[in-house]
Amino acid sequence: MAKQKKGKGVLKKLNKNKEIYLLLLPSFVLLLLFIYIPMYGVVMAFQDYNYVDGFFKSPWVGFQWFIEFFESWRFWRLLRNTLVLSLYSIALGFPIPIILALICNQMREGRFKKYFQTVMSLPHFISTVVLCGMVILFLSPSSGIFSALAGLFGAELPNLMGSTKAFPTIYVVSGLWQNAGWDSILYIAALSSVDPTLYEAATMDGASKFQKLLHIDIPMLVPTMSIQFILRMGSILGVGFEKVYLLQNNLNRPTSEVISTYVYQLGILGGQQSQAAAIGLFNTVVSLALVLTVNKISDRMTGNALM
Amino acid sequence: MKQAKTARRIKKSREDKIFDGIVYTIIIILMIIVLYPLYFVVIASISDPNAVNLGEVMFWPKGLSLEGYETLLQNEELWIGYRNTVLYTVCGVGTCLLVNIPAGFALSRKNIYGGKLIRAYYMIPMFFGGGLIPTYINIRNFGLYDTIWVMFVPFAVSIYYIIVSRTYFRTSIPEELWDSAQIDGAGTLGYFFKIVLPLAKPIIAVIALWFAVQQWNSYFGALIYLHDKELQPLQLFIRRILIQNQTASSMLSGTAAAEARRLSELIKYTTIIVGSLPVMCLYPFVQKYFNKGIMVGSLKG
Repeated sequence: MAKQKKGKGVLKKLNKNKEIYLLLLPSFVLLLLFIYIPMYGVVMAFQDYNYVDGFFKSPWVGFQWFIEFFESWRFWRLLRNTLVLSLYSIALGFPIPIILALICNQMREGRFKKYFQTVMSLPHFISTVVLCGMVILFLSPSSGIFSALAGLFGAELPNLMGSTKAFPTIYVVSGLWQNAGWDSILYIAALSSVDPTLYEAATMDGASKFQKLLHIDIPMLVPTMSIQFILRMGSILGVGFEKVYLLQNNLNRPTSEVISTYVYQLGILGGQQSQAAAIGLFNTVVSLALVLTVNKISDRMTGNALM
Repeated sequence: MKQAKTARRIKKSREDKIFDGIVYTIIIILMIIVLYPLYFVVIASISDPNAVNLGEVMFWPKGLSLEGYETLLQNEELWIGYRNTVLYTVCGVGTCLLVNIPAGFALSRKNIYGGKLIRAYYMIPMFFGGGLIPTYINIRNFGLYDTIWVMFVPFAVSIYYIIVSRTYFRTSIPEELWDSAQIDGAGTLGYFFKIVLPLAKPIIAVIALWFAVQQWNSYFGALIYLHDKELQPLQLFIRRILIQNQTASSMLSGTAAAEARRLSELIKYTTIIVGSLPVMCLYPFVQKYFNKGIMVGSLKG
């Protein structure tokens, strides 16, 4: 009797919220079909997948693909390249937007400041394809603008796009050119919400502009910085496929091949789907562990956490 | 306020003046670094093809010529790409709003039965996913490979946009409106469509613009899921010209190979201009919406 009553209560509650559920329905269904089913699809990393048997009937192979991957010479190369690109990106891409925001904050309010912000964030709206095309064009040894500019000083540039040593720097610097200004907007906003009486009090105490920057501006940015840092760390192994793939060529592959481009090459172009899915799963799991760890550390150290 | 400002200016110490000098020097250098490459693309695209090939163009255009634009605009593939990109962008914005705005609103309501489970359902994809290969196979299994639908239906849900709109509904739309709507006998749906949506125009504009730019510039989905050139968007056309160097063979059929080679570098620069122009021209006018969007999105909710 009591149970029946409870069952009725559930129905009643469901019925009461039915319009809310209706609004959720489209996104719910799309997530189910195109995000949650592939999540189940990771089982193929433990199978010898083929189209005929599908996710459900393909024969199991356990951890075979993972073991093969960890033991291959490629594993260390991919892991090293991925880590180099992402740590290098963070080492410059994390502090530079903060420095930009601090510099921008020193400008007097007015039209020029707004103009500066517009200019700095403009490259963010160039597509990845165009950006990579520009990099390749500019670095061309025969007709590129960089070799022409170097020529003004009597220097000669090597073929940088074909150089394994230059690749990480090309990747990181072009990324900075495109995104540093855009990434600084968040910090500029945080700075603009600083209570102006703080600056006035500091001025009264005879603080110079540089001292105000050190003792007011930077501490004010710490919460925003921690959140951004956690988000960044989470994507360490998620080095953007799009840009690396476009800048890659046969000459620079020893340093430009990363996990995501290899998964594409192996699974989609090469048709070895189970192996590629296993490598992709390894990537996802490590990334997840990283976010959770950094989140915890940040929570302990600064009290700022994502979750 | 004005008085305070002048007072501060009088007090400016020597140290502060040097500091200001350094700041403004850095600002000028930064602007040159950002703007020069863009300026260079423009002048190269209208220069004489031979000068471009020899790397002679540096600070101003050399021997004005519109040859690059003439050849490029005659290319049929460019227009196919443009048409497809416009189609995918318009339809993409449509489905994106249709799917994410109602979800954001629904998740902003409190006291929903099963709310915790529902929130978990929407949060999990932010941290875990099947990865490229299972997703790709799934799309093939649904028969969406090489169809236009794959560009704007399967991945229309964006957890990020849902959170942004949910935060907006929570913080900018007073709860009293709901109370008075109820008194007037409106249900949740009526409240959403008649009262909330008109008030949510700013956030709808932000999400629409954001998504439009993202869709216009993306190439990953098309690279993976569209094989047919007739369906491919502009970015894949640009990729063929800029990255895969296909100018010479595909575009200038019938002309001598030397002639093709002569124009190929020039056409790359004109392709950059033609491909980026719409977004670049639009950006300064819609900048404030983008900045506003970043702020809403950065709020923890």
